[in-house]
Amino acid sequence: MSAITDAGRSPARFRASLTGLSSVAITLFGLILVTFLIGRAMPIDPTLAIVGDHAPPDVVAKVRADLGLDQPLIVQFWIYLEHLVHGDLGRSVMTQNLVTTDIAHFFPATLELATTAIIIAILIGVPLGVVAAARQGSRFDHVVRVISLAGQSVPIFVLGLLCLLLFYVKLGIAPGTGQQDVLYEGMVPDVTGMRVLDAALDADWDAFWDALAHLAQPALVLAYFSLSIITRMTRAFMLEALAGEYIVAARAKGLSPARILWRHAFGNIMVPLITVIALAYAGLLEGAVLTETVFSWPGLGLYLTGSLLNADMNAVLGATLVVGAVYVGLNLLADLAYRLLDPRVR
Amino acid sequence: MTPPMSLTRDWLLTDAPESRRQASLGRLYRGWLQFRGNYLAMAGLIAAVVLIAFSLAAPLLAPYDPSAQDLTNRFGPPSAAHWLGTDEVGRDLLTRLLYGGRITLGMVVAIMVLVAPVGLVVGIVAGYAGGIADRILMRLTDIFLAFPRLILALAFVAALKPGISSAIIAIALTAWPPYARLARAETLTIRNADFIAAVRLTGASATRIVMRHIAPLCVSSLIVRVTLDMSGIILTAAGLGFLGMGAQPPMPEWGTMIATTRGQILDAWWVPTIPGVAIFVASLAFNLLGDGLRDVLDPKQG
Repeated sequence: MSAITDAGRSPARFRASLTGLSSVAITLFGLILVTFLIGRAMPIDPTLAIVGDHAPPDVVAKVRADLGLDQPLIVQFWIYLEHLVHGDLGRSVMTQNLVTTDIAHFFPATLELATTAIIIAILIGVPLGVVAAARQGSRFDHVVRVISLAGQSVPIFVLGLLCLLLFYVKLGIAPGTGQQDVLYEGMVPDVTGMRVLDAALDADWDAFWDALAHLAQPALVLAYFSLSIITRMTRAFMLEALAGEYIVAARAKGLSPARILWRHAFGNIMVPLITVIALAYAGLLEGAVLTETVFSWPGLGLYLTGSLLNADMNAVLGATLVVGAVYVGLNLLADLAYRLLDPRVR
Repeated sequence: MTPPMSLTRDWLLTDAPESRRQASLGRLYRGWLQFRGNYLAMAGLIAAVVLIAFSLAAPLLAPYDPSAQDLTNRFGPPSAAHWLGTDEVGRDLLTRLLYGGRITLGMVVAIMVLVAPVGLVVGIVAGYAGGIADRILMRLTDIFLAFPRLILALAFVAALKPGISSAIIAIALTAWPPYARLARAETLTIRNADFIAAVRLTGASATRIVMRHIAPLCVSSLIVRVTLDMSGIILTAAGLGFLGMGAQPPMPEWGTMIATTRGQILDAWWVPTIPGVAIFVASLAFNLLGDGLRDVLDPKQG
């Protein structure tokens, strides 16, 4: 039974997804309002950034009027919204580009880093959590618990610095910072902005391995944090599932323990797990800011911190808004996946 | 009423407490017994207590002045005079580490004092009042939840001005929503309980019901959440310091100390590493403690 016909038949469910969408719209609106207010609370006068400190008063007044800063706050907000609808986030003082251009340039690198990290975290975290739950109280379970608690406690920037020191400087088995060796700079055409993909598309395998080697360290460091969340939640969900009566029934039927564990128990935790993974993925955006700073990874996080240090407000607000919107979007996706996959919600 | 001198094991563990105080003390003692059996949680508790004690006693314990420079001894390795070595202007690292603990824990306490009551009030009011008030308050909560914490804090600090008080306000602004959610959920489960209906029948006002009967029941899950949250706050504060948006040098804040010396990691790796270890230990201590407290106080959470 497909979701669409089902939605048509059940008005309650249709209304539920509408409420979900409208609440996302309200959240997005709130997000825009908050970033707008932060921008207006700035101690830096944007007019002075344009005209300089020694401009005559009438010029300052003219520029203020051009920027709409002499208008009441509500009118200013309306202008801000109007610009936003047209995809105009203003111009960055630092790079002299439109903020949207900058973000489009820097975002793929962050996407590459965060996606690799979440894949690593799922591949390691989910099996660890499942096995820890199956052997609750065993030594393995305790080790997993300590590993995941440590992952939630370690400052990611310190971990990154120490990894660089050990693997790059001392052992020399990992490349240094950045997305690619300078040797390959400009060698591969920029299609997706993700270097590993671009090199593969261009069939330039030297550049591909170099990009992959550069990606490995920051992605592993970034993965550790979400790995611990995914492991913990998988373990908790599995413990709950394994306590279910259907597990007793499956055991009574004489099914093999592996089949019970992976087919019956794990099959039932897929839905909440997807929600956790989506949230962890969104959380990686945050870790990415610190990881990118340590590894000089040219992503949105590095752009954001660079703009912050230069008090480049349009860039800061634009990047904050984009990250917030992606975050809301991932939350919505998690919610939709939940509705589509869980038969009880249907 | 039993006098306090009978505060013995048997009195605490009795099946038939004679007073309300005996019952609640007994419950606390049973919780403690359960907590004591969890070695990881005990390790967390001991580490947290040691950390707090060292931070409070920093002026007594520290061998040097935290800002006393000695330019002839820059990046000194650990020695008898300087147990953990010296930093980029020859200041004693151990001293700065101890004073840094004061800053970190001070920030955590300030944020908690700001955040926990606000979250509790917002959540309980939303849950108890319901209707339009609930909708508005929860929508507001969702908006603040929609930002990744560090990024919103960065934007706020940029709007204010880098420094400890800005960092505290920024983190507090991003930290309250989960508490409101939690308090609301707890309130919704308690709201329609029989004992609340009974209190209402005796003519208690809404304020009295909320303050005397609902709020106390939210406290235990709030304590668990606060403890687990402390590690996140320590990490966010250190991250802000590392990015140059939190405490400013020359303050001995751990994240700031790493930021100012990370360039020298090749020559003197221990100088940025030691504050890093301190952040890790502090954060791990509260995580272990919170994990153990959750098992005792709030078994229904995962």
